[in-house]
Amino acid sequence: MAELVNLTIDGISVRVPKGTLVVDAAKSVGIDIPVFCYHPKLKPVGMCRMCLVDIGTPKIDPATRQVVRDEKGQPVIVFGPKLTTACTTPVSEGMVVRTATEQVRAAREDVLEFLLASHPLDCPICDKGGECPLQNLTMAHGPTVSRFDYDLKFHNDKHVPLGDLIFLDRERCIQCGRCVRFQSEIADDPVLQFHDRGRGMEIVTFSDPPFDSYFGGNTTDICPVGALTTADFRFKARPWELKTTPSLCTHCAVGCNLALNTRLETKTGGYEIKRVMPRQNEQVNEIWICDKGRYVHHFTRAEDRLHYPLIRQDGKLVETTWEQALRIAADRLERPSAILVGDRIANEDAFLIAQFAKAIGAALEQRPALPAHYADVARAVGIGSDADFKQLGAGDVILVVNGDVEEEAPVWFLRLRQAVVDRGAKLIVAHHRSTKMHRYAAAIHRYEVGQAAKWAASQRADWLQGARNVLIVFGDEHLDGSSARALAQTLANWLILGGFAGKPNSGLLPLYPHANTQGVFDMLEHATRPANETTDTLWLVGVGADEPAPRANFIIVQDILLTERAKRADLVLPALSFAEREGTFTSGDRRVQRFYRALPPLGEAKPDWWIVQEIARRFELPWRYEAPAQIFAAIAQQVPRYAELSYERISRVEPQWPPMGREDLYYGGTVYDNTGGLGARYAADAERSALSPYDVHVPEPTLAGLERTPRLLYRDGELIRRSAVLRAHIVAEPLTA
Amino acid sequence: MQNFWEYLTKIPVGLATVFKTLFEKPVTIQYPEEKKPMSPRFRGRHQLKRYEDGLERCIGCALCAAACPADAIYVEAAENTNEERYSPGERYAKVYEINMLRCIFCGYCEDACPTNAIVLEPIEFPTGYTRESLIYTKSMLLEPPPPGVPGTPQQTPPGKYDRAILPFPPIDESV
Ligand code: SF4
Ligand code: SF4
Ligand code: SF4
Ligand code: SF4
Ligand code: FES
Repeated sequence: MAELVNLTIDGISVRVPKGTLVVDAAKSVGIDIPVFCYHPKLKPVGMCRMCLVDIGTPKIDPATRQVVRDEKGQPVIVFGPKLTTACTTPVSEGMVVRTATEQVRAAREDVLEFLLASHPLDCPICDKGGECPLQNLTMAHGPTVSRFDYDLKFHNDKHVPLGDLIFLDRERCIQCGRCVRFQSEIADDPVLQFHDRGRGMEIVTFSDPPFDSYFGGNTTDICPVGALTTADFRFKARPWELKTTPSLCTHCAVGCNLALNTRLETKTGGYEIKRVMPRQNEQVNEIWICDKGRYVHHFTRAEDRLHYPLIRQDGKLVETTWEQALRIAADRLERPSAILVGDRIANEDAFLIAQFAKAIGAALEQRPALPAHYADVARAVGIGSDADFKQLGAGDVILVVNGDVEEEAPVWFLRLRQAVVDRGAKLIVAHHRSTKMHRYAAAIHRYEVGQAAKWAASQRADWLQGARNVLIVFGDEHLDGSSARALAQTLANWLILGGFAGKPNSGLLPLYPHANTQGVFDMLEHATRPANETTDTLWLVGVGADEPAPRANFIIVQDILLTERAKRADLVLPALSFAEREGTFTSGDRRVQRFYRALPPLGEAKPDWWIVQEIARRFELPWRYEAPAQIFAAIAQQVPRYAELSYERISRVEPQWPPMGREDLYYGGTVYDNTGGLGARYAADAERSALSPYDVHVPEPTLAGLERTPRLLYRDGELIRRSAVLRAHIVAEPLTA
Repeated sequence: MQNFWEYLTKIPVGLATVFKTLFEKPVTIQYPEEKKPMSPRFRGRHQLKRYEDGLERCIGCALCAAACPADAIYVEAAENTNEERYSPGERYAKVYEINMLRCIFCGYCEDACPTNAIVLEPIEFPTGYTRESLIYTKSMLLEPPPPGVPGTPQQTPPGKYDRAILPFPPIDESV
């Protein structure tokens, strides 16, 4: 427990840990000190002077080093001759802060008057208008009229592209430096900088390509004015017109919490996602998301979304009714069948599919297939259910093996990097190529492509001894199934033998391909049966185009888009995307989280669980589920690891620090408050009982491993291709090692 | 009994009024085919205004929609370029619709507009036989460009129309 300090702010006594800044101490008791440049996630710089307050400290007698007291025994407080910035001043014992004096009021008004002198006041066309800290603080503390002549206003460029995703309005920038500091302190892509001085001061990007970062979208959230806008949301809607729904990102194992902003739209005649914003979850993504999560949403209203079931007639796919489609699907599934399940579908869908496959005796596999080789190991020795990345620091070891954290789980990269760079955890990286994580590594191990398991086996099992916690992040790049399993088991053994297994902040962290790889594995586990090379009927549920599949006489594709795969199918069943339905995902660190319905359904498309249930009914399975919540209750009963979970539990929210997304937009930015639930991790096996080490057989690497090319963030895929803003960023060719 | 006689004598009086009005000129008119002259200060339906150079005043800010108590206005904005410019500044209204069935002609939209683009004019109230026909689109609301001036979009020189909100012209006191 950190040492606590007592101080008084506006007559309220406050007790906060030593080192807390005055502005945060005030916030913790509900006193809002206005800020522009300060951001609770960034280091203070004291550049804007908006947070000026009157700070006094107890008078110390120089001779005795004792606090001087007046006749009533109260300490004598000495206030400085000038105001002090609350964002750079740490609290001290006995400090007295006054935020409501005439002097402070006048200072705030003056700072705002200066800022507005150069500000264009084009709020009507500014994307931040309506959720703008400068607007809000001007209304609260600013001068009511301007003493400057409007026509003499300083003018500057209004449409400066910083890369193709972010546009800068030079007039609107108030030079707070939040964007510059985010890029260098949090993302470590220091591609923004101030250029020139005085009124000519501007934000420039000097990377090539410009603003080269996976995290640039976050700067638009924390920019306290409308100076930075995204190509995606620019002029798309006014903030007050947007409806907000809590959701989850589906693109990687982190499971970032999102808020989907939707609005009516004439072209589609219905609701449409206008922008994707981060939703605060200090356990998962804090307040950040990567640009993939922010910009890939366009597939939800892509032209080729499936609206109706399609059946192949005379070589062409034609629309049909659900009645007919379900009957045909059921007829076909009577024959020997194989079901392949993609790992972006919700737990509820996967659970029903597993029950169904078991009931009819169909083969069942997960796609991509590789993670199923080691997901049980990752789960057994996973990080603790109370693990908190924020607690990782000095004394802890973070080991990254065969994974590219920034490419495969961008927000985990941010969090782990902070544990290393800001809090002093020791980073060891082992990989056959260089990754961004190598920049912070205290030790680097290299091996030949595909030899990760062999490298791991060659290490002494106790080489991590002495660390406080050991977090091992690993990936399956260029590994085949058995090598990946051998690697996971070897890493698990280090944790088990080193006594780390079952400790809250130690464990394995797998870099899975999608948002629900772990969940689909958990649901399918006991129903999985490998498919033969050929089968009569093949049912593909949300399976990517490049996944291998058995040959079949009749192919049923269940998807949200008319994908390349769907075009070749015999029967196409239209499913709803994550934005149009409810459900849960289990993230790579086993956190089960909920997403909610943000958009109305498209045509006659149905949620996957409904489709499975309707087919199952034709096999006389007695299911009558009305909603995912009921299916989840069944999961809790039948899947032992999920026994303690319920929609009620994972929907719980509690106050988070720092407080974000409320009225005080200037403090944290436009990130949304969490109203949809913080989710909950189910316990790792190691937390329940002691595990014995795995018996590892390291195989010779095979050529199959080479096919698992690096999983780059902007790799080509059916979803990213439908996002016009990101299309230019797609990496067509996989990285060769 | 007395009431009955009184009743009988009143009937011709009432009928006299009926016959008298039967031959009078009616006061109702067949709106909208027939129209009555209106006061120049009458505030009827909206018009979207243009500048003298033909550019649209509306910058697609949707403040009118925000101010509208009847939620009658719908705006979708898009970005101007010098090659294809609709209004000064960066933003213009790509879609602008007023649902005349919802509108209560309060004039709040006019009040909210930062560019005086939407104005209730002495144009008679809209009429129609279907709901759809009473959703007025941008092309129905937009006033024609001044004579001899091109409409929108226009091709404009770079740098000339950087600002969305121009200083207002002096108020015409004569109206
Ligand atoms: S662009 Fe925004 S965040 Fe960056 S310095 Fe300017 S005002 Fe601050
Ligand atoms: S880090 Fe992963 S989960 Fe988070 S926004 Fe990016 S792709 Fe989505
Ligand atoms: S006149 Fe009033 S009700 Fe009609 S569109 Fe304008 S603001 Fe809305
Ligand atoms: S009419 Fe005026 S208030 Fe309405 S969108 Fe256009 S400029 Fe904005
Ligand atoms: S100087 Fe303190 S918030 Fe900017």
